[in-house]
Amino acid sequence: MKETKQLVCISCPMGCRLEVEMEDKTILQVSGNLCSRGIVYANKELTNPTRILTSILPIIGGVEEMVSVKSKTDIPKNRVFECVKSLKGLVLQAPIHVGDVIVKDLCGTGVSLVATKTVLKK
Amino acid sequence: MRNVDVCIIGGGPAGLAAALSARKEGIENILILERETFLGGILNQCIHNGFGLHTFKEELTGPEYAARYVQMVEEASIPVLLDTMVIDISKDKVVTAISPQAGLIQIQAISIVLAMGCRERPRGALNIPGFRPSGIYSAGTAQRYVNIEGFLPGKEVVILGSGDIGLIMARRMTLEGAHVLMVCEILPFSGGLKRNIVQCLDDFNIPLRLSHTITKIHGKYRVEGVTVQQVSLDKTPIAGTEEFVACDTILLSVGLIPENELSRKAGLKIHTTTQGPLVNDRFETSIPGVFACGNVLHVHDLVDWVSQEAEFAGQFAAQFVKLGSQISRLLPIVCGYGIRYTVPTTLCIDSMKTLTTVRFRVTDVFKDYYLDVFVGQVRVSHQKKRIVAPGEMESILFKKHWLDSKTEDEEITILLQKE
Ligand SMILES: Cc1cc2nc3c(=O)[nH]c(=O)nc-3n(C[C@H](O)[C@H](O)[C@H](O)COP(=O)(O)OP(=O)(O)OC[C@H]3O[C@@H](n4cnc5c(N)ncnc54)[C@H](O)[C@@H]3O)c2cc1C
Ligand code: SF4
Repeated sequence: MKETKQLVCISCPMGCRLEVEMEDKTILQVSGNLCSRGIVYANKELTNPTRILTSILPIIGGVEEMVSVKSKTDIPKNRVFECVKSLKGLVLQAPIHVGDVIVKDLCGTGVSLVATKTVLKK
Repeated sequence: MRNVDVCIIGGGPAGLAAALSARKEGIENILILERETFLGGILNQCIHNGFGLHTFKEELTGPEYAARYVQMVEEASIPVLLDTMVIDISKDKVVTAISPQAGLIQIQAISIVLAMGCRERPRGALNIPGFRPSGIYSAGTAQRYVNIEGFLPGKEVVILGSGDIGLIMARRMTLEGAHVLMVCEILPFSGGLKRNIVQCLDDFNIPLRLSHTITKIHGKYRVEGVTVQQVSLDKTPIAGTEEFVACDTILLSVGLIPENELSRKAGLKIHTTTQGPLVNDRFETSIPGVFACGNVLHVHDLVDWVSQEAEFAGQFAAQFVKLGSQISRLLPIVCGYGIRYTVPTTLCIDSMKTLTTVRFRVTDVFKDYYLDVFVGQVRVSHQKKRIVAPGEMESILFKKHWLDSKTEDEEITILLQKE
């Protein structure tokens, strides 16, 4: 059965409105995308939706109280909460630099957690 | 008094990009003044991703985007004064600032670039009856508490206004363990980016109540709940639709306004719609040699456009130092049907670039309209727009040769038309 699904591409702030033509579970055509990332997004969103996780962690001995972090790449959408919960209780030590790996493997997703800010020693 | 060629006020993404481009134009004597302890501006508290796809071709978080510019400014050895708050700019371009270390500082500049960003609309601007209990925050303040100071201001949250900061905070607080009950938007459409509605609300099943507002705040010392009510198109609450929602926290995300106390004091002409200074296509304000870019000029939803705009502003500020004023004849841009404002509002016919980006916002949601540009009576551009919405800044590349057909004192008009 043919159907058309409406999506909003969230890969960048342009937020293109995508029209995805599907037959059963296969994607026939994607339109409305301004760039090729839109097609990648539509495929992912309809099969295995993923998101980037961003959060903050407390840091000791630094010029700031908190350091911001993100998952290096996207993780499955339905594991976001679990991954956030796994960070509770984690406290870092200054200095931390942008890109430093904080957690090697977030809850077995194979994705690492990295710092997005540099916090130097006080 | 210190003499500076290009003095930049504000060390956010706009100020940093302007400084870098002025340096690229060969200006040695640049100075950035920033009131905070760190460079980077508001981006430091925007820990979510979504920045820099256009500038760096990768998706960065706010702090990462800021860090890239800070590093470039450091590498270019551009002088910066931190903890330095500018308190006055005179018509002769004397900048007065204060800092705990240096006390009162005065700087004579040849060019000034205003890059002070914006601030949130104050709560007083909203007339919601009820006491003023604790538990009411602007969304940006809440963002600062959660992301910089690391504490959660409440557990049961109602957000008023669907601007981007409110949407981002709905997700942020949900991830931190709060329960976001709903986002109320008085308008029939959201003012935020579509992607934020998808990934901040839909992902977490947070309802977006369009055409709804808060008509009463309950609780004397701490917020205990709100009355939410549907509104008609003219924004008046509809009787009989009142609904009590228990909550302990209200976030207000009701818009940003350019930070222009300084500009007003300096006597700059201010745009009545954007609340930013009026500028021509060189980003030059009504005082020659004073330029503006970023959120102080008009509120942007995309930092990439801020950086791009600031790069031009820095370039023009540098040219002013080298060549003096480049302005002779200015041609006004008139907002026709559906156009709320444009930046710039005038074009310098003699010195304009072959391509100039004119940014604008529309007054309403329009589907399948044409964006037309007229020079006098002549239509010079006709572009189909599938959908445009007030929450998203639009732009058009204005081609200098469009003015070739111009006879005399004709205006430029930008408008939306059905066909
Ligand atoms: C919550 C939020 C979410 C956002 N999300 C996105 C997103 O997902 N993607 C995206 O691309 N963009 C996003 N943006 C937009 C982007 O962050 C802004 O457009 C950008 O930061 C504006 O840059 P600016 O330099 O004009 O202002 P700011 O970053 O506000 O910088 C202004 C600087 O000037 C300083 N200053 C002000 N007054 C003075 C004074 N008198 N003296 C000295 N210094 C002064 C301030 O301290 C500040 O550092 C978001 C913005 C916000 C607020
Ligand atoms: S299709 Fe391309 S341009 Fe459009 S939102 Fe997706 S990434 Fe951005």
